[in-house]
Amino acid sequence: MATALADTNHVALADLKGKVDPDWCPGCGDFGVLAAVQKALVDLQIPNHNVVTISGIGCSSNFPGFINTYGMHTLHGRALAVATGVKLANHDLTVLVTGGDGDGFGIGGNHFVHSMRRNVDVLYIVMDNQIYGLTTGQTSPTSRVGMKTKSMPFGNVEAPVNPISLALAAGATFVARGFSAEQKHLTELIKQGIRHKGFSFLDVFSPCVTYNHDNTYQWFRPRIKKLEDDATYDPADWMAAMGKSLLWGEEIPIGKFFERTDVPALQDAEPVLNAGPLIHADPRIPADVSRGFVEELM
Amino acid sequence: MKKTFAVGIGGAAGQGVATPGDIFAKIFSRRGLHLNAYNAYQSIIRGGHTFLTIRTGPEKVTNMGDRLDLLIPLNQDAMDRHLGLLKDGAACLYNADTIKPGIAAEGVELCPLPVSELADITRNKVAQNTLAVGAGLSMMGIGFQILEEVLTEQFKKKGEAVVSENVSIARAGYDYATANFKPFAWPLPMTGKRYAVLSGNIAMAMGGAAAGVKFYCAYPMSPSTGVLHWMAAHARKAGIMVRQVEDEIGVVNMAIGAAHAGVRSMCATSGGGFALMSEGLGLSAMMETPVVVIDCQRAGPSTGVPTKTEQGDLWQMLGAAFGDYPRALAAPLDIGDCFKIIPEIFNIADRFQCPGIVLCDLLLSEGRLSVDPEDLDFAPVIDRGELITEASSSGANGDGAYKRYKITESGVSPRAIPGVLGHTHTAASDEHDEDGVLISDEFTNPTKRRAMMEKRMRKVAGIEAAVPPPQLWGPRDADITLIGWGSTKGVIEEACEILVEQGISANQLQIRWLVPLHGEAILDILKGARHTIIVENNYSGQFARYLRSETSFVPDGYIRKYDGEPFMPHHIVEAVKEQLSGKSKLSVPAHEILV
Repeated sequence: MATALADTNHVALADLKGKVDPDWCPGCGDFGVLAAVQKALVDLQIPNHNVVTISGIGCSSNFPGFINTYGMHTLHGRALAVATGVKLANHDLTVLVTGGDGDGFGIGGNHFVHSMRRNVDVLYIVMDNQIYGLTTGQTSPTSRVGMKTKSMPFGNVEAPVNPISLALAAGATFVARGFSAEQKHLTELIKQGIRHKGFSFLDVFSPCVTYNHDNTYQWFRPRIKKLEDDATYDPADWMAAMGKSLLWGEEIPIGKFFERTDVPALQDAEPVLNAGPLIHADPRIPADVSRGFVEELM
Repeated sequence: MKKTFAVGIGGAAGQGVATPGDIFAKIFSRRGLHLNAYNAYQSIIRGGHTFLTIRTGPEKVTNMGDRLDLLIPLNQDAMDRHLGLLKDGAACLYNADTIKPGIAAEGVELCPLPVSELADITRNKVAQNTLAVGAGLSMMGIGFQILEEVLTEQFKKKGEAVVSENVSIARAGYDYATANFKPFAWPLPMTGKRYAVLSGNIAMAMGGAAAGVKFYCAYPMSPSTGVLHWMAAHARKAGIMVRQVEDEIGVVNMAIGAAHAGVRSMCATSGGGFALMSEGLGLSAMMETPVVVIDCQRAGPSTGVPTKTEQGDLWQMLGAAFGDYPRALAAPLDIGDCFKIIPEIFNIADRFQCPGIVLCDLLLSEGRLSVDPEDLDFAPVIDRGELITEASSSGANGDGAYKRYKITESGVSPRAIPGVLGHTHTAASDEHDEDGVLISDEFTNPTKRRAMMEKRMRKVAGIEAAVPPPQLWGPRDADITLIGWGSTKGVIEEACEILVEQGISANQLQIRWLVPLHGEAILDILKGARHTIIVENNYSGQFARYLRSETSFVPDGYIRKYDGEPFMPHHIVEAVKEQLSGKSKLSVPAHEILV
């Protein structure tokens, strides 16, 4: 998504510290995501009052309370719908949407798909831990087959969602994956996602140290391979991105899978916004226009 | 009794019932006549049966009435269903080539049109409709010129040839009727007035535009879709962002997002969609972000009867979303009121930072009424309440002075929109403290929870003071007091007039604001009433139960209808007489029109 104009005041890390400290479990992957987002906003020098961080419900969705920007902690699964409304009412704002895999791919799956085809200009960061944490450990849409949880004690038999393939198929114009333990790499992806004009999807492996004992930091470390390390990989190539998105197991790619810049962001596709953000529009309709509305009925 | 004239046009969906209806409506309104139109139809795009009633007259016409003066059946089915409704002095115009009349009542004029002789039906498939319009206007005593004007407007996009073809067919019908049929005893008058003719959906959409709505979103659902259609068609001229969303859950949350960012935001749906929005209303209340949601009721439960009317969603509105929270709920009384109520409820929602619900129904949403254009005021009062849209010296960045959910006496806390320097905060669906910090997880704190509940609920008193109590219409002392809410206003009003003519004095208490209800004021009005009857379009007496729960008031009787069709005045009149004679306390009138 596009950046708002930087304020002349310098934006420092301290400005972005939330009113309370995160209440995530020690070692939770979400700490790394929070730090990377704060660092990205400092690097891009976006003043905190021009940023709205919007989440659904879940451990990772407590995110807006832990960063000092405008925040909305909405309903389970509904962050993208709320964020679309915010962005269309005031497209000068930088809109970050943060949440988990259950929130985004389960209960919010419908909004996920439609927000991507709409190309609404937000950065959507999913802290994907492949488990429901705040409800104390149930199977999530990204839990692997065979994983034992409280809701599937004999092992998950349902195939997981592939968020990267899904995002590509749904028409997301920026698709990336990060790992919360890879701070520099993650920060870079967040900055690219904020700069991208259109829907940016960033799936982040953010291990749950309490409930997911399968997909741990140790499990991910030897498997992840950065797409950026392959000089031949072209993120403009959708078919190649789709191919890479299917990799899972010994090799799991992270990095920018795909980006295209030729699709207008929703705010640019709507002539109603040509005159600027709606919040600055005159609430009164010009008298000649409203007279015309009534004349049509006579 | 006021003079009116009603035309009924029946046929299959797709046969072109709407066009002659539109032409009649336009001509009546341009003659300065009032009109009310109601279309009974099925959830079928082609086929089935639709029956449009247009009633007109020089005074306000508030409902479809009891009498049909002219029936135009476009197929045999429509003839068979409706000829029996006609009484002395009425006429039936029909295609003599394809339709056989049944047995009509004494004094009904059967008017067969030799359609294939009067028009080339191989060229014009709807020639019978145009002939009938021309013939009908001749019998009503209306000159041909106005029909020529309206047909020219109607068809000008299709080119000169189509215009002249239609005008000549209409002329043939007009001349044939002048030569062969008896004109109606009451030639339709003309007045110097001109009215706008609109549906409740258009009225609510325009009311939104007048209220300064800048964001409208919806998922199509009958009978609310007309709001979306007007909004979409006029979005660019009105500067309104209009979106069709993937589902109603997305709709309400998107609307809340836009409202939170600082614009007036509205959405409309029907009962099923509203059920999906329910959790979102709680979000609006908890975040204290005002949003206006319109529910156009249709016959439920579940998919129900999608094209039929009912007042069956009241308890859904009262109970929508879990937990206690302040809300405003208003039911427009007629189509003109559909326009006016929108700016009013936005002012309440904005001032008290809570959801506002407009409880409309199919009867108003899809019905049409003549409205004085002066009543469509595009410059109503706009009160955004305590909204902070720019930084002031008191709220400089980082001084921590601003608390979004500051505890105040009124319960209203100044609301800063995103983008304002020095006012960053989180609005949360979780319970939170004055500063927006969550108290529901590890910070759970009963004292703070109680304080926030009381702060929000204090707004209820403010809303009550901001909304006027209902008033009694008609003489204070009357044999009968009819109590209704929302869309039944017009039909009850006419039933009262008929009762008075029949020697039974009657007055009316019509409820517009359902929340706040003003129970004390209602009790004060009803305490002197001799015989009270609650009239509503549902099975269980939802309003009667609500009124009893709020005031302990129990009326003497009930008139209810839940067959999908609206009340007609005689339904109420007959039920009142039945109840005054002591025969019954609950009347459920049967709908005689076969639709």
